[in-house]
Amino acid sequence: MTETVSQGPQAREVIYRHKLITRITHWTNSICVVVLLMSGLQILNAHPSLYWGQFGADDDHAFIEFFATQDGDDLIGHTRIGPVTMTTTGVFGVSAGDDGEARVIAMPAWATIPSFRDLATGRRWHFFFAWVFVINGLLYVGAGLFNGHFRRDLLPSRKEIRAKHVLQDIWNHARLKLPKGDEAKRYNVLQKVAYLGVTVLLLLMVMTGLTMSPGMNAAAPWMIDVFGGRQSARTLHFISASLIVTFIFVHLGMVLLAGPFNEIRSMITGRYAVPPEDKS
Amino acid sequence: MTKKLITRRGLLTTGAVAAVGGVSYAAYRTLIAPNAIRILESAEYVTLKAQRLLLSGQPLAREFSPEDMSPTFKANGTTDPDNPAYNALVQNNFNNWRLKIDGLVANPLNLSLADLKRQPQRTQITRHDCVEGWSAIGKWTGVPLAHLLQSAGIADNARFVVFHCADDYYPASDGSARYYESIDLFDAFHPQTILAHTMNDNALDVAHGAPLRLRVERQLGYKQAKYLMRIEVTDSLAKLGMGKGGFWPDRGYEWYAGI
Repeated sequence: MTETVSQGPQAREVIYRHKLITRITHWTNSICVVVLLMSGLQILNAHPSLYWGQFGADDDHAFIEFFATQDGDDLIGHTRIGPVTMTTTGVFGVSAGDDGEARVIAMPAWATIPSFRDLATGRRWHFFFAWVFVINGLLYVGAGLFNGHFRRDLLPSRKEIRAKHVLQDIWNHARLKLPKGDEAKRYNVLQKVAYLGVTVLLLLMVMTGLTMSPGMNAAAPWMIDVFGGRQSARTLHFISASLIVTFIFVHLGMVLLAGPFNEIRSMITGRYAVPPEDKS
Repeated sequence: MTKKLITRRGLLTTGAVAAVGGVSYAAYRTLIAPNAIRILESAEYVTLKAQRLLLSGQPLAREFSPEDMSPTFKANGTTDPDNPAYNALVQNNFNNWRLKIDGLVANPLNLSLADLKRQPQRTQITRHDCVEGWSAIGKWTGVPLAHLLQSAGIADNARFVVFHCADDYYPASDGSARYYESIDLFDAFHPQTILAHTMNDNALDVAHGAPLRLRVERQLGYKQAKYLMRIEVTDSLAKLGMGKGGFWPDRGYEWYAGI
């Protein structure tokens, strides 16, 4: 092992970036979201059609549906969103079962909990982790409001929401030019918007999820009106989940680009090595 | 500049992490993994208690107007019991059908369809939510269950109302396939909990549960037992079926289907 001495006498600056409560709630949330997404897809498999309005079943018009057709001996999977139908064999509509044979199922085995078709167990996973998720989320939001995490770290400043600044930040991201030095000690505006945005999406997941509950509908009928009906809430639950999946991919991509060791360590130990300023 | 690869602090940290990891793994293998389903199932109890708190004022499920109704109301589960006893009832237009109400009651009842229609009636346009995810809105007319339970006079130790049906669906591990369901008295005495004989202004058809089905509007579709034959008031669900209180609960679904 060789030591690099190129940094000279000035050691890398290490800051304490994430509070303990942020780190604990982050990882609890990560586990919950993954289990909720995968058990949610198991539940979707029971009726992979999504509607707008109060009701929706087989004979009603679906906005999104995953289905299969047969062409000779071959099964073909399709995904329809509004007027657009795509062939999605292998992933959506038709995918390989445990025996490797193609079978008709909306979501593939690798994306669901359990991997085989089992709505009852999927629901058990979903609602257990939904409770953990909600309690963890309340802890995060409560602590964030109390210790100033939202105001100090996540709320964009007036300067940051100026169009010029936002465009500059988008341009920096597009060139994969990530902040260094003092700039890297706090979130940039796109990060702030992304983290606040995903928090709103997660809240939306809880609200739309509860709006599908007939018990909750009697207790809080206004929720049905907020989302325009139980089936609309179900569709929004799916769309919101899809946006969260998009966030996860971008988030993980950014972690890789920004230096996965340093980034992951900072979310475990709290300590973050600030990328040194370019000497140019 | 030299750097020690192994430091006291590093060694202690590694040891601590390894110890926590080892203990966690042992705990997982001995405590969590064998009881995984039971742990997951504990959420049902939390949901029941939370919803009961929110529903303590016994609010009604939303009732819709006629223009909100589904053009077709999907028939699900058994759509024709098709067994000799049931077919004989259909042949005779359910004139020989009787609903028995027994168990922990002072006066067991034996009611014909005509008897039921002479009781107080309630009509409600409500949304039916299947556990699979779909919903349909339909119009139901029937007798409030609370009225019948009051007529029968339930015992002080009564806790549950069990609905025995005429249909077999698919066999469980004990070989029984007869459909049944149960609710507790909190839901049994709710004003919208009715025994419906009329759907969308017509006599309930075979596909939707003729001659009589339960409507318990704050729970999912599998609780809405069809083809009712007998209502049993009881203090325990343990001796029925596989002991979970219903056909689907015996097969892994929640007994409390409020979500």
